[in-house]
Amino acid sequence: MSSETKQILTTDGIPLEISLKKAERKNKIKAFLLVAPLLLFLIITYIFPIGEMFTRSIDDKMITNMLPKTFKSMETWDGKELPSEEVFASFLSDFKILVEKKEHGKLAQRLNKEKNGFNTITKKLFRQVKRNKIDETQSIKEQIMKVHKRWRNVEYWQAIKRTAPPYTSAKYLKAMDMYLNEDNKITQVSEDRRIHRILWLRTVEVAFFVTVFCFLMGYPIAHLLATLPMKYSNLLMICVLLPFWTSLLVRTASWMILLQQQGVVNDFFVMIGIVADDNRPEMMYNKVGTYVAMTQILLPFMVLPLYSVMKTISPSLMRAGKSLGGTPFVAFWKVYFPLTIPGIGAGCLLVFILAIGYYITPALVGGASGTLISNQIAYHMKTTLDWSFASAMGLMLLGGVLVIYWLYNKLVGVDNIKLG
Amino acid sequence: MSKNTEFVKFDKVDKSYDGKVLVVKDLNLNISEGEFITMLGPSGSGKTTCLMMLAGFETPTNGEIYLDSNPISNIPPHKRGIGMVFQNYALFPHMTVYENLAFPLRVRKVQKDEIDKKVDKALSMVSLSGFESRMPAQLSGGQQQRVAVARALVFDPAVVLMDEPLGALDKNLRESMQYEIKHIHENIGVTVVYVTHDQGEALTMSNRIAVFNDGKVQQLSSPDKLYEEPVNSFVAEFIGENNTFGGEVTDISKDVCKVKLQNGEILANPISVNSKGDKTTVSIRPERALINPKDKMDNNQTGKIEEVIYHGDHTRVRLDLLGNKEFILKVPNSSNELDLKLGNEIKVGWNSQDARALDPK
Repeated sequence: MSSETKQILTTDGIPLEISLKKAERKNKIKAFLLVAPLLLFLIITYIFPIGEMFTRSIDDKMITNMLPKTFKSMETWDGKELPSEEVFASFLSDFKILVEKKEHGKLAQRLNKEKNGFNTITKKLFRQVKRNKIDETQSIKEQIMKVHKRWRNVEYWQAIKRTAPPYTSAKYLKAMDMYLNEDNKITQVSEDRRIHRILWLRTVEVAFFVTVFCFLMGYPIAHLLATLPMKYSNLLMICVLLPFWTSLLVRTASWMILLQQQGVVNDFFVMIGIVADDNRPEMMYNKVGTYVAMTQILLPFMVLPLYSVMKTISPSLMRAGKSLGGTPFVAFWKVYFPLTIPGIGAGCLLVFILAIGYYITPALVGGASGTLISNQIAYHMKTTLDWSFASAMGLMLLGGVLVIYWLYNKLVGVDNIKLG
Repeated sequence: MSKNTEFVKFDKVDKSYDGKVLVVKDLNLNISEGEFITMLGPSGSGKTTCLMMLAGFETPTNGEIYLDSNPISNIPPHKRGIGMVFQNYALFPHMTVYENLAFPLRVRKVQKDEIDKKVDKALSMVSLSGFESRMPAQLSGGQQQRVAVARALVFDPAVVLMDEPLGALDKNLRESMQYEIKHIHENIGVTVVYVTHDQGEALTMSNRIAVFNDGKVQQLSSPDKLYEEPVNSFVAEFIGENNTFGGEVTDISKDVCKVKLQNGEILANPISVNSKGDKTTVSIRPERALINPKDKMDNNQTGKIEEVIYHGDHTRVRLDLLGNKEFILKVPNSSNELDLKLGNEIKVGWNSQDARALDPK
């Protein structure tokens, strides 16, 4: 018959492959157009902001643009001895431009962050430049070094060189309570200033325990939902979904009413005599409040995936387990439970990821010991306006979630997730 | 060794789910050891409920079930030692075939090498040796079915229950599985209680069949008796094909009675009629009525052909006979000398013995 290389033709003599592509092109375009709005939406509202956040968090271009000539001439400097005359000259010319633009203050601020002491010596240099005391026909190096003894210290020039790259990891290190010291080594901040690490740990801890509590409470509910007759399970389902239909703020506020010291729960405890009236336990503005409120709010996210998985497990499997001689516990543990693992995985992943970035509830009921990293992010967004730091922490949170996802995929397999 | 004829015994068992309707009414049923008994009936007739009560997933509302003379109503399912094959096999999807079969042995704390031996034996019994490490989802429907059967038998239960186990298979596979299950039963001699709504299945496999309707056993007898000698019109209708005439008894003697129909009179075998004036439904199997009978028969009628349907090995002829427009005849394909044309009048004859006068519908 035909040789291997021979093209297969359609009845009309067009090569089959081309004909097929032609026939499918229309469908492909249609399919693409259908998803295009969503794709565009995602790019604008998700991918682009994340990229923007990332650049913002590592951006250090300001100083790079302030001292272009200096950094250019510093490229050949080995950073051990004081730099050459050329470096000093270019630094002066950069500085003069900054003085004209009245931006030398910003430079001093930025350099001072890198190394303490720059503020003073930059001001001194500024005064000299302003009075035109520096004679450009003579050695600029000598003259600048005379302005202040620190200009003679190589460490300060090293600090300037360190700021040369347009990008910096300083914000990320700061979020981990660390910084780059003079020797370019990652160092921890002093113990009394380490606040972020506590927050990270607390965030993970709260997310973990909220996930555990949600699982312990959600599993029986989901099982009941999946096995009850329709008319009861619908009612129960509405109870589970009811929190979804209530505003998050309303729910959190109602928890505040319940949990405060003069609140309903405490009143009840006093009434039945568990606690004394003058010794009411604090259940709010601490971790207890955060745990209780977050567990309640995130519970549906655990129940729904579990329910959807349990719904598909035939009741005859449990019966088979029992009829084959397994006690009800063995039948549950060996047959039913392993089959619900996809739902457990999905529910736990969902709750954990939501909990790790939770913001409103801890802000309202968390108090000082119940705030999480997201509250810190919000604080830097709104109060200190250090957006790059907020971006860095936000991205670290995102990175953490991705790591958890990756771990989950390694351990359980993402294909095992079942959301509905 | 004499076999225990009351190995499984339902004693005056009633069952109600809602306190208003009895799903099973006064069930008395003895199953002897090693017997293959089928509960046959339309859906909702209570047969599956009986099986579930025997397995322990439902409790009788009244009465008691005995297994080997011990009352079992208060024994939980996992202690009854009854194997069960479920409608959709109920294989554990997260376990391999081996693990599925080992499950009943492991929960009984059987030694590892003993488990291996038994699993091996059970798998070779259903000719699935070498499939140990497969997952159930990797097996075809028929193979899953066999694994389910093997799993129900692997721990040597005294009784095996099967709840419409072949319902999900296609026709050819169902037939070959019927023989296979029958042979397994013959080989190991276990007592089998089988539930189905498929009469063909029941007829090929069982020693005895209990026909259920409306929560009651209508007839309990061997397959041939059930087919040849139905005791009431429900059984006659439910098992096989059936031609019926409704009428009134005008004369009755020991073996024969005269039944007056709307337009005509026939002779019939009095089964559940006692006296003149009784209303009755006369039932005749299609293959017992012959066209142009050569032998002398005591019922001879003429009918008009309404429809002829070719069925390969036989031809079905629908007649208008004595006012019954649904009178079916089965004509073997060999008798091609007959002139089966629409509208033709043909002679039909049958023996009064084969026309059973049963209770009126």
